[in-house]
Amino acid sequence: MDFQGQVTVEESSRDAVPAGDPRPHLVVVGNGMAGCRAVEELLAREPGRYRITIFGAEPHVNYNRIMLSPVLAGEKTFDEIVINDHAWYADAGIRLVTEDPIVTIDRADKTVSARSGRTTAYDKLLIATGSDPFIIPVPGRDLPGVISFRDMKDVGHMLAAAAQGGDAVVIGGGLLGLEAAHGLTLRGMKVTVLHLMDTLMERQLDEAAGWLLRTALEARGQTILTGADTAEIVGDTHVQGVRLKDDRVIPASLVVMAVGIRPSVALAREAGLEIGRGIRVDDNMVTSDPDILAVGECVEHDGQVYGLVAPLWEMCRALADGLVGRPTGYRGSVTSTKLKVSGIDVFSAGDFSGGDGAEDIVLRDASRGVYKRLVLEEDRVIGAVLYGDTADGAWYFDLLKKREDVAAIRDVMIFGQAFASGGGQADPKAAVAALSDDAEICGCNGVSKGQVVAAITGGACSLDAVRGSCKASASCGSCTGLVEQLLAITLGDEVQAGPKTMCKCTSFGHDDVRREIVAQEMRSIPEVMQRLHWSTPDGCASCRPALNYYLLCALPGEYVDDQQSRFVNERLHANIQKDGTYSVVPRMWGGLTNPRELRAIADVVEKYNAPMVKVTGGQRLDIFGIRKEDLPVVWADLNAAGMVSGHAYGKSLRTVKTCVGSEWCRFGTQDSTGLGVKIERMAWGSWMPHKFKIAVSGCPRNCAEATIKDFGVVCVDSGYELHVGGNGGIKVRATDLLCKVATEAEAMHYCAAFIQLYREEARYLERTAPWIERVGLDHIKARIVADAEGRDALAARFRHSQLFSQDDPWAQRAAGAERDQHAHLGEFRPLVLEAAE
Amino acid sequence: MIADWIDVGPVQAIPPRGSRTVPVQGGDEIALFRTHDERVFALVNRCPHKHGPLSQGIVHGHAVTCPLHNWRISLETGEALGDDRGCTPTIPVRVDAGRVLIARAALVAAAIAA
Ligand code: SRM
Ligand SMILES: Cc1cc2nc3c(=O)[nH]c(=O)nc-3n(C[C@H](O)[C@H](O)[C@H](O)COP(=O)(O)OP(=O)(O)OC[C@H]3O[C@@H](n4cnc5c(N)ncnc54)[C@H](O)[C@@H]3O)c2cc1C
Ligand code: SF4
Ligand code: FES
Repeated sequence: MDFQGQVTVEESSRDAVPAGDPRPHLVVVGNGMAGCRAVEELLAREPGRYRITIFGAEPHVNYNRIMLSPVLAGEKTFDEIVINDHAWYADAGIRLVTEDPIVTIDRADKTVSARSGRTTAYDKLLIATGSDPFIIPVPGRDLPGVISFRDMKDVGHMLAAAAQGGDAVVIGGGLLGLEAAHGLTLRGMKVTVLHLMDTLMERQLDEAAGWLLRTALEARGQTILTGADTAEIVGDTHVQGVRLKDDRVIPASLVVMAVGIRPSVALAREAGLEIGRGIRVDDNMVTSDPDILAVGECVEHDGQVYGLVAPLWEMCRALADGLVGRPTGYRGSVTSTKLKVSGIDVFSAGDFSGGDGAEDIVLRDASRGVYKRLVLEEDRVIGAVLYGDTADGAWYFDLLKKREDVAAIRDVMIFGQAFASGGGQADPKAAVAALSDDAEICGCNGVSKGQVVAAITGGACSLDAVRGSCKASASCGSCTGLVEQLLAITLGDEVQAGPKTMCKCTSFGHDDVRREIVAQEMRSIPEVMQRLHWSTPDGCASCRPALNYYLLCALPGEYVDDQQSRFVNERLHANIQKDGTYSVVPRMWGGLTNPRELRAIADVVEKYNAPMVKVTGGQRLDIFGIRKEDLPVVWADLNAAGMVSGHAYGKSLRTVKTCVGSEWCRFGTQDSTGLGVKIERMAWGSWMPHKFKIAVSGCPRNCAEATIKDFGVVCVDSGYELHVGGNGGIKVRATDLLCKVATEAEAMHYCAAFIQLYREEARYLERTAPWIERVGLDHIKARIVADAEGRDALAARFRHSQLFSQDDPWAQRAAGAERDQHAHLGEFRPLVLEAAE
Repeated sequence: MIADWIDVGPVQAIPPRGSRTVPVQGGDEIALFRTHDERVFALVNRCPHKHGPLSQGIVHGHAVTCPLHNWRISLETGEALGDDRGCTPTIPVRVDAGRVLIARAALVAAAIAA
């Protein structure tokens, strides 16, 4: 591959005007995409009007910079990305000076001087110097092996490094960084991408699309670290690695910095032109000096700077119109982006963050790995994010730019142009009715429209029944909408409502979601939302806590809890009160306490001026009125006396209530207090679908009220009666007797198995009482009593998951974990801000 | 010179789909929210219903669900969504070069009003 363009060698150092050429002299600084395009536009209008000289800092003819990514990836050669070769310059009579950057502009004299010393006079000067890559100011940034990704020289460095193999780090998970990472991966390097934000390409993509992209890149062998803040680039004579602020060191023999670009304005600033974020230009691309124009990434127009080529094509047209005396004026651009990584289609345009009154239309097709999101405002498209299927990107972008009213097609437009304009049928029902009988409805199970209709006419009157009888929409669910329309078309009003969906964000119920999480081995909330076609970008306050629990339950020790998907009490490990303060309930095992604990509680109450301390209905003490900022220090004090969180706030084990038992009570048959403490030690900390209460009574007088608890033990002479599904709250329900066992060990074993069955099968926010009413006591007995092997397996799974949950959350917070949840960001006193960070 | 916008810290200091608070001496506490699509919003940290601390709610889309009685509040307008009626004042906020900036005028007004 030949990277080197020819260098035009000039003899004299002062350029003379060729004798007899009376035309005004246009000098262009920058032989890049905008500079050359501007010249092309000018030639297309009036080829002979100006005498033209172009200065370029690079040693090449004009090439297509955006295609550097395919060159790096080995999909194109340099020759293939050349836009204008030497013959073009010669034919057009343009003098090209390469590898000689302009270093000064003398506006009084109307000359420019190049690094070689050559001085050239101009009548009109066009500045098209593009951008400079931004280099983050960390130690080690100047080490050999640290490069940016901007021009052919950088690509040459990357190819040389890749030839040696080894590790590469790309800093920046935006468009440029990901394209560099992709190319280096294809060239055989082991690539780690460090991205400061939590979502890749966060300026173009939302969280859902960012997650899909990340998954696809990881599947190709890249390591993606988000929230990664670079502290230093390490190495003696050459780069050896990158150290993050959290002290992790990632080894690397090549570091590519792709964190952003800055308009290249040094030359213009020296010359005294007006500069904002870029060189300020008017609608005709004229700077503050009427004889100097500027175009491309180096300019600021109407407060905007651009980093993509589409706007500069528009700028170049306006510029040429102005230069030939027929100004049309540039009015700014709306931009769209595509990622050039083969096999991964990503498109983004406009404002997808939404504004007042913006509405989302979301389509997720998990079997095809597709995510589409349109943002509409007053029936106009204002933004689009497409992942996996970008075929309609151009159409959406067109609708967006033209600000077209889409009211007539809004229900169907997410399916694409072909569908939306299919024979002018804007009504989705009509579009589905028009499908032929052999049209495929369910891609996962290969079910045709004819088969679905046959199932419906054969008696399947609800979505669920259709799923049951012909399997359509029973797998990924992406065709749910189509099946529902077929139901409506075939049955008219007779359609039966399906089972209750989890919330408005999904058409699935709790059981379906749970089954699919396990069957498809899903690992994160964004993954579930994508695979199961959530209709909102990030769910709502109902589904997020449920998904978080289902994942936590399915993947003990692996799943990383999503704090932002937890209700405040579980996020702050305390109960929120009506005035926004919190109550603190330390665990008192089995209701037992001692002077040390009581003293520590008394001290906390005094030290933090807690307005109230109260004995709860759960046999322990509750301290009220603590501010969120003070919780960690309160906990530290309680921890010091040996107390841990009582989870009075959690969908988890609350209390184990006990009575006095055989130890003291004249009627006690067994050590109910001791057993209660043992059970509480076994079960504390476990997350559950809802709160879970246990009690152990020493005899059938039942002073611990064991028969209105989720799991209750009533001790008798011959052993232990185990009771389940009691509830003392809104709707009182007495327990059902599960069985009787002979030993304490068995009682605990059955308890563990029962809790795990509840954890795995109940719906989120369903307590044991309604759960048992729904599934029947026989089901519970079959699983826990009759099936010894199953019981052992359930208990083993419970004990395994407890390995990861019996870590006192208060101690973690007291030691500084999740500080953000407690500390203010800063404090404002009139006229000053005290930053807490 | 006193700037019109006050820098309260980096965007990353607010957890994604989460919130941080900035108390105003003598005034209403401000809640800053960061949404799934990296937008930042600011509201007075007080639910129009019964003054629940909105900063402690679950953030979803461009809304927050109040931790006390589950009203949903728009982060853009401060209005209660759905069938509920009420409005929380919004605070002008913007993000520049990764820093969160709050309008000084709004803070001063909040402090004086209270
Ligand atoms: C503190 C306490 C009252 C007290 O001072 O005694 C209490 C306080 C609350 N209970 Fe309770 N319950 C308390 C014992 C009970 C009991 C008695 C018991 O556990 O023996 C019951 C009836 C037994 C039962 O649960 O079956 C009880 C049935 C409820 C219910 C209804 C549950 C149900 O399934 O019907 C709710 C509402 C809910 O959970 O949705 C509730 C909810 C609440 C909440 C969490 C309301 C809320 O969501 O904010 C109260 C929190 C106040 C706070 O911040 O502390 N509380 N609550 C008791 C704490 C016990 C503990 O040490 O952890
Ligand atoms: C790897 C890569 C991939 C990209 N992919 C896309 C994409 O997919 N889609 C998209 O829309 N955009 C993409 N871009 C951005 C696009 O390339 C730029 O928007 C475009 O090149 C800007 O054109 P420009 O003329 O303003 O700057 P440039 O093309 O950079 O041209 C400026 C030229 O001026 C020269 N120069 C600078 N100072 C002087 C001086 N003092 N004297 C003489 N010469 C000087 C520079 O050497 C350079 O050759 C990509 C960019 C890169 C680097
Ligand atoms: S009964 Fe429970 S929920 Fe009701 S006021 Fe008392 S503590 Fe609160
Ligand atoms: S205080 Fe916010 S919903 Fe009641």
